[in-house]
Amino acid sequence: MRTEAGRYPGRRLAAILRRRPRLRLTLLLTAPLLWLTVLYLGSLTVLFVSAFWTTDSFTSQVVKVWSTDNFHALLTTPVHRQVVLRSVVVALAVTVLCAVLAFPVAFYTARVAPPRRRPLLVAAILTPLWASYLVKVYAWRLILSEGGLADWMLAPFGLRGPGYGLPATVLTLTYLWLPYMILPLHTALEQVPDGLLDASADLGARPGRTFRSVVLPLVLPSAAAGSVFTFSLSLGDYITVQIVGGKTQLIGNLVYSHIDLDLPMAAALGTVPVAVIVLYLLAIRRTGALDNL
Amino acid sequence: MRLGRTARIALRTAAGLGFAVIYVPLVLVLLNSLNPDRSAGWPPPGLTGRWWSAAAHNPGVRQALWVSVKAGLGATAIALVLGTLLAFAVARYRFFGRDTVTFLVVLPIALPGIVTGIALNSAFGTVLQPLGVGLGLFTVIVGHATFCVVVIFNNVVARLRRTSGSYEEAAQDLGASGLRAFVDVTFPLVRSALLAGALLAFALSFDEIVVTTFTAGPGVQTLPLWIYDNMARPRQAPVVNVVAAVLVLLSVIPVYLAQRLSADTATSSRV
Amino acid sequence: MRLIRTPRAAAFCAAALLLTTACGSSGSGGSSATGLHPPALKAPAELGRTEGRVNLIAWAGYVEDGSNDPGADWVSGFEKRTGCQVRSKVAASSDEMVKLMKTGAYDAVSASGDASLRLIASGDAAPVNTGLVPNYKDVFEGLKHGAWNSVDGRMYGIPHGRGANLLMYDTAKVTPAPTSWSAVFDDAARHKGHVTAYDSPIYIADAALYLKARRPELGIKNPYALDRKQFDAAVALLKRQNEYVGEYWSDYLKEVSAFKSGDSVVGTTWQVIANLAASEGAKVKALVPKEGSTGWSDTWMVSSKAKHPNCAYKWLDWIVSPKVNAQVAEYFGEAPANSRACAETTDKNFCAVYHAADEDYWQKIAFWNTPIEQCLDGRRDVTCVPYAEWVRAWTEIKG
Repeated sequence: MRTEAGRYPGRRLAAILRRRPRLRLTLLLTAPLLWLTVLYLGSLTVLFVSAFWTTDSFTSQVVKVWSTDNFHALLTTPVHRQVVLRSVVVALAVTVLCAVLAFPVAFYTARVAPPRRRPLLVAAILTPLWASYLVKVYAWRLILSEGGLADWMLAPFGLRGPGYGLPATVLTLTYLWLPYMILPLHTALEQVPDGLLDASADLGARPGRTFRSVVLPLVLPSAAAGSVFTFSLSLGDYITVQIVGGKTQLIGNLVYSHIDLDLPMAAALGTVPVAVIVLYLLAIRRTGALDNL
Repeated sequence: MRLGRTARIALRTAAGLGFAVIYVPLVLVLLNSLNPDRSAGWPPPGLTGRWWSAAAHNPGVRQALWVSVKAGLGATAIALVLGTLLAFAVARYRFFGRDTVTFLVVLPIALPGIVTGIALNSAFGTVLQPLGVGLGLFTVIVGHATFCVVVIFNNVVARLRRTSGSYEEAAQDLGASGLRAFVDVTFPLVRSALLAGALLAFALSFDEIVVTTFTAGPGVQTLPLWIYDNMARPRQAPVVNVVAAVLVLLSVIPVYLAQRLSADTATSSRV
Repeated sequence: MRLIRTPRAAAFCAAALLLTTACGSSGSGGSSATGLHPPALKAPAELGRTEGRVNLIAWAGYVEDGSNDPGADWVSGFEKRTGCQVRSKVAASSDEMVKLMKTGAYDAVSASGDASLRLIASGDAAPVNTGLVPNYKDVFEGLKHGAWNSVDGRMYGIPHGRGANLLMYDTAKVTPAPTSWSAVFDDAARHKGHVTAYDSPIYIADAALYLKARRPELGIKNPYALDRKQFDAAVALLKRQNEYVGEYWSDYLKEVSAFKSGDSVVGTTWQVIANLAASEGAKVKALVPKEGSTGWSDTWMVSSKAKHPNCAYKWLDWIVSPKVNAQVAEYFGEAPANSRACAETTDKNFCAVYHAADEDYWQKIAFWNTPIEQCLDGRRDVTCVPYAEWVRAWTEIKG
């Protein structure tokens, strides 16, 4: 073995690597960091620098003259403020709805269902992720249409479906991102040791108390991790709202409608969801959510 | 937690309702593919199999499917390499800026696809086009890989946190080379995490539409783009419904595979 | 993308010069302040050898190779005959077409009127030598030398087809039958939540067209040439309309399903959507109201940076040849541009339904055009609101 180590360069390299952890670390980090910083952050930076440029109003060519006009328009136009506020509310509503709907499902699949059936149930949660996004949204368009499945099912109760609009958008987005919330909750609940719950019960806590004081704190980071998906995917969406949102527009639609004609304005508008999401991520990082994604 | 009978029934009902909500739209997709009308309506006026045979003879779908598979495999491969490297660095070393790295890797999936899309689009245009390289399948793969890194990273890093690095050290102390230790000890530890991550990365890429719209070159049409294009055509909606139904049915296979292959661990998969 | 247009345009022009498509003062683009002064580009005097490839930007349904619908294939025949392999990109909007043309990666585009002038002014589209397109002679006269496809008598493309933006209504729910656009404007309140409108800034022209008849004191002559006061009136009308709108539509499927289910009962439409909805049992009728209508007319334009100009010219001639023009018109649902196409349609009634040869009908249609600062109706004492502001106003209208 020892003689071979001297003969093969690969072995020698391995030996060098073994002695020098910093070199190992550098080798590990170089490729992914180059990819993420140069390619990704670099592109984003170029885009946001272009937010300070303007566009020739007729030919829609970008004029590289430094100006804060776009940000001025962004902050002073009432419709922009309205749309930003609406988008954040939609994203929050979707996140809350997802959490409320996901918890019982995750609790059931992780702790109530017979252990043998659990993998199958997880598979059942994952399956819709493979069905096309567009197809699911169009299915919801059908459900929510006048006289559609929603109206049809609610009719016996004297109710009607919400029709197309903001509530329809929230419902559809909730449906789309629900698996992203169920999965981390399931994982977290599955890892809660039985002993902990039994101990809580032995100490006289009722299930409600155990839930509040033991279960909830343990799964909160995972719920936060799930919310990264539900919140940010909702905030950036512009296709769902086109299909089921009626006449509603969200921040994604504003960005989209400016891309072709006025990229600098689109970039300026794009800074809004980026800023909101970065703030959200920073806030949520304290819960340890990013380690639980 | 010892749940009362009522609580169990309540949970079971809630979960049942949850699954119903998840599956009703999918069933609707299946039903709709048998709808004789060209545009969707409820309730369907009848059932027909003719769109299924129309879809079966549609070469555009097959091409788009193939492009999607290529894009998904390419993006997953890149993400596997980058995500694993990063996961080992973060889980096995302490270094300045480690928290920033975990933050950075989440960004591509957390930021809106439309922002990522136009940023990459203008970057590719600025850097690649003067070199005579236009947008194509390659740029789609690069775009997808960027946001797929995070799912591989998350799965692997979670696994590494639960297994200590001392296994590899022990192997090396016993005379195994670094490579040998990796192949025999570390890799089996993370194999199922890699697989779960890879499947999820592939799924993300396979269903991605926004970033694809902005990074695909002329003639490059992934399945979601094909669906989007064809939904806007008056005569094509029924064929799209069939494709959708097939996707729903086919989705059982990768999910089943993931379950079988990762059955050795408690956690199945992390988003 | 646009960010690097100037240096790249120069590079392409160098290449294009070799291919006989002269470039003139390329890259400079038009200036918005002085109106329409397109760069001096030359059309080729004769065609050279085909390049074996052509890259097209088109509306969905214009470039079909049978892969989407085996019954719709006019690309294979072209490829076989000319040896030019077609690669096409479907654009979802006029704005996207303009953006894609600026990349220089495409040879030709099926531009609608709200894009064509922009392409001409920016120097992205080159004038076309119609003498090199034999089938051009059979194109309906009404489509030649339009305000949207020519400048100073020079054609910048070959007309492809046209259609009107009609008023469609649900015959059961909208009574009496409307004859005026007031059904979607002043009387929209009757169908609150069920009015639909086309989702594009160019729809502001529909409001202007209505105001032209309804409020003559505004002095609107051309719905694409609106001064500030006229523009504000149109925008105000649309903001009022927004309260009653259920949804804005931009694709066939969305509108057909909305009229079938009753989510929409009155609004703008295209003939093909009306036909499709009716064929699936929706009780709808579509008409040109008494104020007239806006409409679209698509033109195949050649890029000034075309790398395959000879194949592009072959495509222009092919797509307006009688048989192919008939095929694409029937597939897409529009009036063909070639007068001889009407003899080639599978449905012999097709040209009548779509008013293909009915020039009186088209007299009532104000075809889409790109609003620019210099008023298109010839007024010199005021400046008009340019399209960029139409775009901004449109997001405000939608709220």
